[in-house]
Order: sequence, then C-alpha cells, then structure tokens
Amino acid sequence: MTYIGRPIRRLEDPPLLTGKAQFAADLVFPGEVSMRVVRSQVASGRILGVELEQALQLPGVVAVWTADDLDLPPIGFRMTDVGGLESYRQPVLASDYVRYVGEPMAVVFAENAYLAEDAADLVWVEIEELEPALDATLPGTFLPGMSADAAIIEKAYGDVEAAMASSEHLIELELTVGRHTGVPLETRGAIGVWDGNILRLYGAAKVPHYNRDAIAQMLGLSPEMVQLHENHVGGGFGIRGELYPEDVLVCAAARILERPVRWIEDRREHLTAANHSRDQVHRIKVGFDDRGFVVAIDDEFWQDQGAYVRTHAATVTDLTAAMLPGPYLVPAYRARGHMVLTNKTPAGTYRSPGRYEGTFVRERAIDAVASRLGLDPFEVRRVNLIPEERIPFERGIDALGTEVIYDSGRYHDLLERVLQHLDYPTLRRDLERRRAAGEMVGFGLAYFVEKSGLGPFDEVRVEVDTDGRVEVITGAASLGQGVETSIAQICAEELGVAIESVRVTHGQTERIGRGMGAFATRVTVMTGSATTMAAGSVREKALRVAADLLEANAADLRIEDGRVFVEGSRNGPSLTLADLALAVAPGSDGAGRHGAGLVATEEFLADHMTYPYGIHAAVVVVDPATAGCRVIRYLVGYDVGRAVNPMLVEGQLVGGVAQGIGGALLEEFRYDDAGQPLSASFMDYLLPTASEIPAVELVLREDAPSPLNPLGVKGAGEGGINATGAVIAAAVDDALGLPMAVLRLPISPERLHQLLSG
Amino acid sequence: MISSRAVTLLVNGVDYVVEVEPRKTLADTLREDCGLTGTHLGCEHGVCGACTILMDGSPVRSCLLFAVQCEGAAIETVEGLAVGGDLHVLQQAFWDHHGLQCGFCTPGFLMLAKGALAEDPDLTGEALREVLSSNLCRCTGYQNIVTAVEDAAARMRS
Repeated sequence: MTYIGRPIRRLEDPPLLTGKAQFAADLVFPGEVSMRVVRSQVASGRILGVELEQALQLPGVVAVWTADDLDLPPIGFRMTDVGGLESYRQPVLASDYVRYVGEPMAVVFAENAYLAEDAADLVWVEIEELEPALDATLPGTFLPGMSADAAIIEKAYGDVEAAMASSEHLIELELTVGRHTGVPLETRGAIGVWDGNILRLYGAAKVPHYNRDAIAQMLGLSPEMVQLHENHVGGGFGIRGELYPEDVLVCAAARILERPVRWIEDRREHLTAANHSRDQVHRIKVGFDDRGFVVAIDDEFWQDQGAYVRTHAATVTDLTAAMLPGPYLVPAYRARGHMVLTNKTPAGTYRSPGRYEGTFVRERAIDAVASRLGLDPFEVRRVNLIPEERIPFERGIDALGTEVIYDSGRYHDLLERVLQHLDYPTLRRDLERRRAAGEMVGFGLAYFVEKSGLGPFDEVRVEVDTDGRVEVITGAASLGQGVETSIAQICAEELGVAIESVRVTHGQTERIGRGMGAFATRVTVMTGSATTMAAGSVREKALRVAADLLEANAADLRIEDGRVFVEGSRNGPSLTLADLALAVAPGSDGAGRHGAGLVATEEFLADHMTYPYGIHAAVVVVDPATAGCRVIRYLVGYDVGRAVNPMLVEGQLVGGVAQGIGGALLEEFRYDDAGQPLSASFMDYLLPTASEIPAVELVLREDAPSPLNPLGVKGAGEGGINATGAVIAAAVDDALGLPMAVLRLPISPERLHQLLSG
Repeated sequence: MISSRAVTLLVNGVDYVVEVEPRKTLADTLREDCGLTGTHLGCEHGVCGACTILMDGSPVRSCLLFAVQCEGAAIETVEGLAVGGDLHVLQQAFWDHHGLQCGFCTPGFLMLAKGALAEDPDLTGEALREVLSSNLCRCTGYQNIVTAVEDAAARMRS
C-alpha cells in the first residue's frame, strides 16, 4: 500500500470533531490556583511604586508578586543571536521601566480566574509617563543612554554602486507593511505543576525541548527536572510556543506556592502581549535596463521591533534581507536592515516572516519596472527569473546562518503553467470589458521563493509494540498542521504497515531527549526524513529477524500490511510485525541474537534549507462608493517538490492565503500618539471571515523535488501567505488604473478612499 | 465573595445542577461545572464564535450569556452531536473535506452550521458563506468549511 502522495483524511480529527480533544484550558489539576498578570497601561514610563495591599486583602487571593519577589533573569534568545542584543531582552516582570501597553508588572494568584481578575484590578502601580517612541525610522532611545537601534543586519553581493551607475533606468520607492500577527484562535495557556522533583509545564507548543532547557536554566533546575507537555494546540503561525514571561511565571510560581498554577490568556491580553510582527518600512532603489532586467537592488529597511528583543532575536530582519531578491537573478544586491526598538508590543515571527514583507517590496518594485517600461507583468518577470540551467543557484548570502542555495526549481515552467491555467489573454479581455462597463476591476501577479526545512537535525524513534502497533516518537510539534497524519503516512509507507496502526507522539519532552519542534516550515522535511530513516531501519531489522525465523534470505522477504512473507508466496509462511516484536522482546532469545526491541532511532541532518517557490495571481474589484476591495479570484501556483498529502498541502496554502488577505486588506495594529493600542479586540483587529475569502484555485506541482532529502519534499506552510500582500497591491493598482498607487499595507478603506480621491 | 446560586441547566438532554455566581458565563459554566470542554473560548467578547452553542435550537455565543439566564432552555453543545460512536453528518463532512486544521474553532462552526441548516436546509453559496462569516477560523481559509457544510446539507436533505 502506498501512502505518500495520497489525500488521506487526518488521523487527528475525531477528537477535535467531537469536543474530546484537550487544549491547555481544558486541563484541570487538583488544588490549582489561577494566575492573572497585571499589565502596564502606559506605553513608556518609570515605575515609582506598586501598591499590593488591597489585592492581598481580597478573599481567595493566594499571593501577589512584583519583580522584587522573584529573582529571574530576562528571557534569552532561541535563534539568530547576532550579538549585542542582551540589553534589549525582556524581563519576566518589569521593575524600573515599562516599555509597552500590556507589559507584565505584577502577578496575582487566586482560587479561581474570576477572583484573580478582581484582585488584579486592585493592584495600583504609580508610573511617571515618558514620551513614547512609535516610529522606527526616527532615531530613538531604548532607555536613558541606550540607542533604540538594536542591530543592523547587512547582506550584499556584487558591485551595487557600479551596477546602479551604469544602469539605464532607476526607480526609488518607499514601501510599508503594517503591523500584523498570527492571532491563533486559541489564546495562549500555561499550567505549571511541581511535585517536589519534577516541574511540568502544560500548554507547551512549537519548541518544547528548547523551552525545557531555557526554563531549567532560568529556574536553576537540571533539564531532566523539567518536562514539557504539548496538548492539542489551537494554531501557532510563528507566535505561539515561544518562551514568554507567563510561561516562566507559572513555572516559578508552581514551585514557590507548591500548587499547580494555571494561566489562560484572554483575547485582549493576547493582542497586546503575544508577539506582533511585520511592521517594516523599506526604501528600495532598483537599477534596470530597457528590457526590464534588474541589474541591481539596494534596499534599506527599518523593522519596528517593539519594546524588547524576544526569543527570535534578529530572525525577521535576517530573513527579510536574505530572501528579498526572490526568484530573480539580480546580479548586484545590498540590504541594510535596522532593527529598532519602540514602545509597542514586542515583535517576533509570523508565518513567512520577512518574506511577506520582502516579497511585497520586491514585487512592487518589479511592477514599477513594468509600468515604467510599459511591459506586461508576466513579461518583466520572465526576463528576470533565474533560468533552470542556473539551478542549484548560489545567492552568495546567508539566511539564518545557512548559505542561500536554491536547491531545485523550474521557475519559467511554473510561470507558463500559471499563465495557461489563468487563460491570461481571455482574462485580460474580460477585465477590459468589465472596466469599459464602469467596473473597477484589476489583476495582479507576484512571484516568490520560499524556504523550508531548517536544520540542523531531527531525531525520530520508531518502535513496533508487541501487538504490532507502531509508535513514531518525535521532538517535532503540532500546531494543527496535520503532523500526525503526514508523519504516519511516511512511516506506514516505509515500514509497510497500515496507517491505522501508526500513532505519532510529539511535543512530549519526556518521551524523547531532544527535538527541534515545529517552525520555519521544517517538519515534513526534517521530521519526515528522519521518519523515513528510522522506519527503514526498523524494516531492515524486522526482515533480519524474520529471515532468521523463516529460515529465508532477508533479501527475498517483503513486508505488506504489517506481515512479512517470502516475495512471490503471499500465501506461504508469514510472520506479523507483532510476532517479530515479541521474538526480540527484552529478555527473549531473539533479543540476545538481534538486540532487544523492534525499534530504531535515526537522525536526519541538514546544513541547507530547501527552497520551494510559487506564484500568486488575483483579481479584485474596488467599490468606489464604499472604498472596499473584494477579492473575486485567487490562484496559487506552487511547487512543493513532493506532496506527502496533497489535501494537507492545499489546506496549508489556502489557509495562508486567507491570513495574507487579512494582512493586505484588514489587519493592522494601530496606536495613538500616546502609544495606546487601538486594535486590542476583534472589533478593531479584523480577521477575515468566510465572506472576504474567495475559493482559491491551486496549481500544485511536484516538478522540482528537493535533492537534499530522501523524500524530495519541500515545505508548504508559508507559500500561501508569502505573496498575498504583493499580489493584492498589484491588483488594486490595476483596478484603480493607477500604477504604483499602493505603497502601503493594509489597503484599508481609509487608504483606498485617499487613493480614490487622488 | 459574591454568593452563588443553584441553577439547573439542560445540556444535551441531561440536567446539570450547578452552583454558580450570577456573573459566571454560560461558557465557563459548561466548561468548568458541567465538564463539557468541547465549547471553546476564543475571544470572550462575542466576535469569534468559537463558543457557539445551540439554545432552543438557535446558535448563540455562550460567552455572552450568564448561566443563570439559561435555566429552562434546551442547550446543545458539540458533545451532543455524535450519537454512540457515530459521527453527526456535519462532523463526518468536516472530516471528509479537511474542514479543520487546529480544530479549535470547529465545535463552534459545527453548532453554527447545525442551527443554520435546521432553519434553512437549502442554505448554499453566498448565503451560506454569509452565515458562516459569523464565526472565525484562522487556519483553513474557510473554503473546506463551506464545502463540508454544503455536502452535509445535501446528505441531510437526501
């Protein structure tokens, strides 16, 4: 039975459909107390004093603490630590200064969540307000005497000055992407439980092993004394699962109070406390020739990091600079990214970090080239795409510490396929007809390269139980993307068992000593490859043991549906995997000969990422009466290398499109002049609904499998969102009949109205 | 502390006698006092619809109701959809059409769809999208939810 490549229904769905699945907030621990965080209501200020007495007197309150009551270091960096950022780390609780609305200043513990919230309202903090910094392009200070410019990331190749000087045309643009973030439907949750020996954190996600080590270090415990447990997780998108102050607080409190400590975030908290993202201003200069061929790009950008540098450190800035050139040759390139602290919620990654922004900037620039020369959007891209014979293509810069080498790709081929799928000439004629009839309708196109499969390693253990069931244990994590199903498919195919007999265990630090988690679209590539290897090793062992028992040659044996038999004699003597697992069970004779257990642990290593690529195309209608924009057609062409489960790949792409359209038209965290957040509810931070998202057409291709892993797979997690901002901007320009009108996302009704009124 | 009062809630055909403060929401009561954690809270201000349940057959936000308001009403939650081991046709359709990813919003969508189809079994196309726009999903991009509900509606009509 083949499993890879089939649109198999998900194994994880039944408990989710029946309400039995347990998310963090569904867990109950005897004797637990509820934690409520007292947060700053000013954007910038000096703490003069904290008054806890009234809160402490409320019946049902167990404890109220400030930073003085806890001796905890600031939260460190999980990745992309470029040096010099330590002073910008976030303290678990603010002590002297507050730097954003929503910053934790104190914590209250009470017998239930209602009481904890009552008590939090009785904590009085006196703050001397300071002028907030809200514009990352202006010079600012982080704290008295400390610059707000935390880091500058520079990446370059080729002679940009010379190329610009000799280029036939130059364009300069300023482009802005607003502040959005992942906003999973489940808010964060963390429950700390301490039994005197082991500290357990429930509600873990994304990177349980890293967080285990970080928490252990912060609390002075050995990593073996800290265990993280991932339950069902209601969406991640980059922001959930990073180590936040609240995670550390429930752990520290569980030890001090000697009771389970439960914290469930509310939505208002989430929108001001969990990582924001995007929020970049780019000033890009492009040199190009008469054909529209880009000879050089020089980009300087400012990333609004918010109040602190959190776990991602320079990740977003780094990826923006590394991936901006995209699918084009661009012989000379220079990017200079400023990572700037302000008095907004701290920022981290959000699905396709740095690429949503970079693709918007690059594709807007390519559109500007096309409009300057009067070229068709397809034509100008065709001229610039990296030709197939140049791939693998070394970009000459690095991303997240790995060399950027586009591993495989047929960029022109995908462009032609999309052109064909759209029936472009007919589409153009149709648009002309509608425009002639007075409708403001427009088409946009954008091309991008994604990245996936970040290493350095992934480890998987595959074990056959003595009843023949198979367990795959991985340090990967599931945020709802279908990890269990896709990994089970790979294991079932490689081992030769029915998928129903495979269960996938993830996110449990107790079950496997190390793991990288789920981020950077890495799981199918890294965990999938390690699963192939471990399942392959188990298969080899099963065949060895079976050969011994059947007195046959291992090379002549086959495994099908969990049964081993001699090739060609399906009805002859056979052994099940259960028989074989029993035959080598610990203590058995077989274990003596072959080693105990039908089990293998394998590790897959990768120094380089894989690079999937794709195209987005959209048709939008602008309503001049309401300044609204409706997306009426949306196409994604995407080469995923090899699709383990095409249904899940499509789900990833379509879901990404919806989030991207949100960021292009609706979503933005706005602040007033005092730094007060104006988007702290779902009435103000608008997620797209079923009415705003069209049915998405997909051209899913497997033309360029990755040579870097045994399956040939690339990731699908971020290809749906990457170019959404870019393509909607292009389509709105076209609908308005105003080339390069859109220089800023989101294209809110307010901004569209400005464009419509000239 | 604010004094609690006894309330009898009829949920999925079963009476639950609970002691709750008047300020306790129906959603919290279902989750904490009835042990029915399939009803999820995504925003607690009535926008996301993850907490949608049926009250006397109509979809409502259980985060915007107090438990003390609900005595005497027939409440249905996601836990009441499957009968024995058999999934409800809506649950089956969501599974078949990959209408869920993280699954957090799913109970709310299932209850919304059940209520909406009870009112109009022929709901389809734009009108269906309009109804489904009552709730938020952050994973799927909605298309598979729309397809699942349309398919379930067709199966329920036949």
